Amino acid sequence: MAAVRVESVLAAAEEQEAEKRRSITVEKELELEYDLGNLLAVDRNPPPAAALRGAGPRREALLQALARDNTQLLVSRLWELPAERAGGAGGPLVAQLPEPTFRLPREKPPPKPRPPTRWEQFARLKGIRRKKKTSLVWDEQAKEWRRRWGYRRAGGDPSRAWLAEVPAGADPEEDQFARLRREKRERVARNELNRLRNLARAHRAGRAVPAAPLHPTGHQDRDELRRVAGVARVSTASLGRFQPRLPKEPAEPPSRSGGKKRRFEPLLGNLAAERSRQLELLRDMGSKKPVLDITRAVNKQLRQEEAEAAAANKGKKQSKRGKRGRRQQQPGRSGKKSGARRQQKPAGGGTGGR
Amino acid sequence: LIYCCRKPKTKRAKRFLEKREPKLNENTKNAMLIKGGNANLTVTEVLKDIYAVKKPFAVLYKRKNITRPFEDQTSLEFFSKKSDCSLFLFGSHNKKRPNNLVIGRMFDYHVLDMIELGVEKFVSLKDIKNSKCPEGTKPMLIFAGDVFDVNEEYRRLKSLLIDFFRGPTVPSIRLAGLEYVLHFTAVDGKIYMRSYKVLLKKSGCKIPRIELEEMGPSLDLVMRRTHLASDDLYKLSLKQPKGLKPKKKKNISHDVFGTTYGRIHMQKQDLSKLLTRKMKGLRKRPAKKSAEDGGTTPKKSKPD
Repeated sequence: MAAVRVESVLAAAEEQEAEKRRSITVEKELELEYDLGNLLAVDRNPPPAAALRGAGPRREALLQALARDNTQLLVSRLWELPAERAGGAGGPLVAQLPEPTFRLPREKPPPKPRPPTRWEQFARLKGIRRKKKTSLVWDEQAKEWRRRWGYRRAGGDPSRAWLAEVPAGADPEEDQFARLRREKRERVARNELNRLRNLARAHRAGRAVPAAPLHPTGHQDRDELRRVAGVARVSTASLGRFQPRLPKEPAEPPSRSGGKKRRFEPLLGNLAAERSRQLELLRDMGSKKPVLDITRAVNKQLRQEEAEAAAANKGKKQSKRGKRGRRQQQPGRSGKKSGARRQQKPAGGGTGGR
Repeated sequence: LIYCCRKPKTKRAKRFLEKREPKLNENTKNAMLIKGGNANLTVTEVLKDIYAVKKPFAVLYKRKNITRPFEDQTSLEFFSKKSDCSLFLFGSHNKKRPNNLVIGRMFDYHVLDMIELGVEKFVSLKDIKNSKCPEGTKPMLIFAGDVFDVNEEYRRLKSLLIDFFRGPTVPSIRLAGLEYVLHFTAVDGKIYMRSYKVLLKKSGCKIPRIELEEMGPSLDLVMRRTHLASDDLYKLSLKQPKGLKPKKKKNISHDVFGTTYGRIHMQKQDLSKLLTRKMKGLRKRPAKKSAEDGGTTPKKSKPD
């Protein structure tokens, strides 16, 4: 008796639950795709086209019903997110949204890291680190904390300095105030020049400027001058071999077609080296021992072949013909297919390359 | 690089320039709503309503601008650079293309995608006499219809609409504040855009039952011309910088059931010297200690 009652009670409770759930369940053929970070839901089910083609109010009602279903599904998902009460027990219920997954294009390209300035390179090399400076400095004269620089700085206003000492080795007739003003102007100009140079370097590094923009004289930088001087030197009839050099210019220019293979020794240079080279050559010619070490060469060849065979047989079955047969077959392998492919390729390449 | 032409002389100018430079985490995209040379009442109303939806991330230009987006994009790019807006909506009207809206977005101040839509029916915010939701609410976006995935142009349109109406990206949201939903249905070559106010009703359980109330602009759109970016430009614009990827925490792994495992690296231990239980008898005693170093430095082995 009791068992039956318990069962009936449980069944009734379950039905009540189902009744409650019915108000928020929605039947859909295909599941929606959700992107909760963007509060986005995508419904792939084809909408009832025939019904929507009809007249105004019915269409609106249908659209509203469809929207209600989809919104119900989205809100159910959102309510399932981990939520907490912001601002204590009485505050609003706030849910933590995940990261948006739908990929949208950026507004601007991502920033490129700028190359370090000359000072930064030097500091990194020497291991110099930034000293954190306090913003206020104790001014002994005014007996209070003043700014390091700017309005009402510690040490008084430099423009109202009424005393300028003549330094030890300086000319007594010289105007010290004028000298200070001139030096400040020079310092400011030098800093501005360095700032612009650093900017130009950063700009150039970002853009990979091609190697030959020619600026007018006076506006060229060190690298450009060097390059231009090199080009001018080589533009003589004898390709720069008899051009005089400045005292500090390097004797042998770095060869442009550089490297090991196109390096030629001068004709009448090192007599001792030439002699030793010729004697070595004669020795090798006269000796009975072969220069080529046969065993080493054979081992190298075998290893190479094994590597090739291993790479070729990755995924492919070993053909019955064996290594020699396979090697012979490779150039003319499957003639029909390669012929057809060879025909297709130029056409494809032609239209693709244009 | 922004400082190359003119160094900013005030902090405010510097802040202004820093807001506009490219960043790792970008700002919310602004939209500019422009009227064409011959915009009629419908199109103007549409622009005003969309402005109301997108406030404060939109700029509505009051004057008419005589340009043709599909022919010449330089003036759009100029506006975008001046107002730092990467989304735009251009409305115009002529006999061949009545009630025309061009919706588009920019990448690096150049036009990325543009899609021309024709408005066939429009119901404005003021025509529907209902209560509206507050300005700046983040809307929920729902796209219905398989066309949005099948057709390439519709796919781009979906991406554009999400970009347009998304609003700021927020880490958390107040659940009671989910009031606004924009529903796009693509059927029969037409796109129905409807906006509803969401009413959360009591249901038996925790999740509320949703009732919708029509509010806000509703548009019936037809796709006309498109000017989509080439695939590689689109891919370039999608590229995210490496700094945005969340750093993987080392030595933490998760399994299928949700258990988190951690790894601890220890030095090599001498297992013979491991102490497992306290054995009082094995504890080091002072008498034992003196007996040990009694061999080296005999101080006082026995009290006298």
